[in-house]
Amino acid sequence: MIALRGKALSAPFEAPLPRSVWRLVDADTLNSQRGSRAFLVGDEDQAPEGFDLYLTRSEGPNRLDSAFVLRLPPELDYLSGDDVISVSDDGERIRVLWRNQSRQNSVLLTERCNHYCLMCSQPPKTANDDRLLAEAFELMRLLPRDTAEIGFTGGEPTLYGQGVIDLLRLCRNLHPEAEVHVLSNGTRFADPEFAAAWASIDNPNMMVGIPIYGAEPARHDYVVQAEGAFNQTIPGILNLAQLGQRTEIRVVLHKQTAPALPEIAEFIARNLPFVDQVALMGLEMIGLARANIPQLWIDPTDYADELTEAVTLLDRSRIHTMIYNHQLCLLPRAMWPYAVRSISDWKNEYHPECIECSVKDECGGFFFSAKYKVSEKIKAIPTEAAGREPALLNLG
Amino acid sequence: MSKFREPAAFQAASADWQLLPFRFERIRGRVLLTNLVGEHLFLSAEEFEQLGSSDLPTDSPLVRRLRAKHVIREKDDELPVELLAIKARTRYRRLAEFTSLHILVASLRCEHSCPYCQVSRQSSDREAFDMRSETAALALDSAFRSPSQNIKIEFQGGEPLLNFGLIEEVVEAAETRNETEHKNLGFVIATNLALLDDRVLDFCRAHNVYISTSLDGPADLHNKNRPRPGRNSWELATAGIQRVREELGVDRVSALMTTTRSSLGRVREIVDAYVEQGLTSIFLRTLSPYGFAIKTKSFNAYDVDHWLPFYEEGLDYIIELNARGVPMVEQYAALILKKMLTNDDPGYVDLTSPAGIGIGAIVYNYDGDVYASDEGRMLAEMGDKTFRLGNLHDDSYEEIMLSEALLAPLEESFAPSAPMCQDCAFETYCGSDPTYHHATSGDFLGRKPTSGFCRRNMAIFKLLLERYEGDATTRALFQTWAGH
Repeated sequence: MIALRGKALSAPFEAPLPRSVWRLVDADTLNSQRGSRAFLVGDEDQAPEGFDLYLTRSEGPNRLDSAFVLRLPPELDYLSGDDVISVSDDGERIRVLWRNQSRQNSVLLTERCNHYCLMCSQPPKTANDDRLLAEAFELMRLLPRDTAEIGFTGGEPTLYGQGVIDLLRLCRNLHPEAEVHVLSNGTRFADPEFAAAWASIDNPNMMVGIPIYGAEPARHDYVVQAEGAFNQTIPGILNLAQLGQRTEIRVVLHKQTAPALPEIAEFIARNLPFVDQVALMGLEMIGLARANIPQLWIDPTDYADELTEAVTLLDRSRIHTMIYNHQLCLLPRAMWPYAVRSISDWKNEYHPECIECSVKDECGGFFFSAKYKVSEKIKAIPTEAAGREPALLNLG
Repeated sequence: MSKFREPAAFQAASADWQLLPFRFERIRGRVLLTNLVGEHLFLSAEEFEQLGSSDLPTDSPLVRRLRAKHVIREKDDELPVELLAIKARTRYRRLAEFTSLHILVASLRCEHSCPYCQVSRQSSDREAFDMRSETAALALDSAFRSPSQNIKIEFQGGEPLLNFGLIEEVVEAAETRNETEHKNLGFVIATNLALLDDRVLDFCRAHNVYISTSLDGPADLHNKNRPRPGRNSWELATAGIQRVREELGVDRVSALMTTTRSSLGRVREIVDAYVEQGLTSIFLRTLSPYGFAIKTKSFNAYDVDHWLPFYEEGLDYIIELNARGVPMVEQYAALILKKMLTNDDPGYVDLTSPAGIGIGAIVYNYDGDVYASDEGRMLAEMGDKTFRLGNLHDDSYEEIMLSEALLAPLEESFAPSAPMCQDCAFETYCGSDPTYHHATSGDFLGRKPTSGFCRRNMAIFKLLLERYEGDATTRALFQTWAGH
């Protein structure tokens, strides 16, 4: 696991930092730009002049003559040029907003949410965290022009209303080619005005991922712990479709949802056949999920039939379907072609059994949180068994 | 963790469920339910009793299934109604874009003398039985008047290749015209392939023309059904199929079969004959009660009870072939499955409601007479011109499309308001066939208890649902067929 936050080894600054969001520059990426840039001092370098903030790695040089010099903790030594961080104004707390080397950057916009999902990986908080949105605006301005993918997550980003619309419009204008993915519970889109505002962003590269946990209200509302959620989320998806907005349906699989998966797939195929894709997600054993293990844990091999049934129906209904966060050794072979290596690199780990496995490189591996609960059926796939079958059920 | 509420907290507030429109049919001890748009589920007799006597709890697996399929709703819950409305709209959207298939009878002449054929003539009199250029031009005008964005022009006969010059003329004129009309234009020649030559192949290649032919099964059966001088219909048809596959492409030729009394008991051989030719679809067709088929009594020679085992054996054999990796689609099942498993209606003329006559397909006969369907033309050949909508030379497009001969059968046969059909669990899978019912019972609506159409289709719906519920492999196969 890669750390995305840390505490500076250096002493707190005497005066407050003039800004919080910084794009890092190192010797390799140095140019004449200085505004909003922080220089990451390499082991040998002389620091160039004119930066408002200098960073040194934990073991880096110690003799810099500047008001704001911050020493990174060892877990953040990996930072390099074109990464973006935010720094508290006393210089103590550092959060990594963007890692330029990664294709899986996810921008957290808020920790507040109007749902309280049984398995939430990011347990909702109530405190005002509008600064996360402000930082995201700044991040948009600092990201390289060739940024390929930008993900936004929460909490529930649409709680900001116009604020998140403005952010996504800025994102579209500054990064028109980037694939933009936003995670939302979809309820806000039931408001036609908000849905229309969303559509007015007019970004054909933007997709919103919305979860469905049942084919009717009772199951869905229980999983998200919000009455009336289903009856807002589905109209929200319909509104988005009517406005030509791209949508993804996400289903996190656990004991409450996996047995109903064929019904959920039927519901999607019949009522929401226009969605751009469906992602069936393995459970991440973190956050609230750890508190609810008895209600949630089901071995993926125990829902193999339901998964196969659902994926087959969705695929035959010509809905692009993907299986996320599943280890190949727990999936029926016919499902391998749908499995996506999806676990964010900073969360990714492998099991000791994986060392011998011949398909490790194609496998999603584990969330680091798998240490809390993992299937006992994890098993290395021997080389001779590794041939991937292209077709499902051999039906052509 | 007291922060989390139990499932009970999210159940319906009361067990005061409202029924949404659904229909049912008891099948082998279980009860099939279909909702307003044809989504289906099976209940046990006890579950159905619970539903029927308003004895449902606020939540249960059954309640969840019924809610998911929009059979019941919580009072004032608008979403199920909205979703049903969207699905129904989707199902009927094709109606605004009517008449996509335009059949031109290029010539009534044919060198075959098939006893089941309703319309052909053995004649060398081109003047009397070939369509003329002026008539074809009027047919093309009519085709381009159709609101449908997809226009398919199919040349039929007799044997249309006997008047190939006209086909060339029409195709070229249609293409020129489409430079400004921008329709999705397609061409099909329905031919027995006996007259296939380089001129035909070159033209079809240059103009992307598809070939539809007849293949009744193995050589002996085919040649018995389809006599021609030389008794070599099968040899010419199969050689033609292979030439088209190799010279135009494997997807450019398809075949249709007609079931005769001689076919019964031989469905596996018939399917095998299609596999042998490299074809990947077959349409196990029942014999239609028209034309010579009635005159020669070959229709009456067997009835639905003979045909159904033939169909069932064929379907099961095709399922088995697919499981063994041989791709083969049974087209009639595929049409029905699309209606069962999706919100689409393929608009197949005989199996849609309102009926597809005139608004799904229309026929321009060699002499300019316009018929609401191919079967309507066949009836006319027997002296019953009920489905003659007018003549291209005498009547305008408006007069033809608004003629009582079209509107009356469309309205009178509309299944959702037909006695018995409106209560039928299979209504959304079925259709109204006013031509069939007119021919067999003398009115457009028909009498459902004695209707062969009704009995045959109900049996097929049950068969398909049974196989669909039966095992995952067949389910996946049927889903594939429905998706095409």
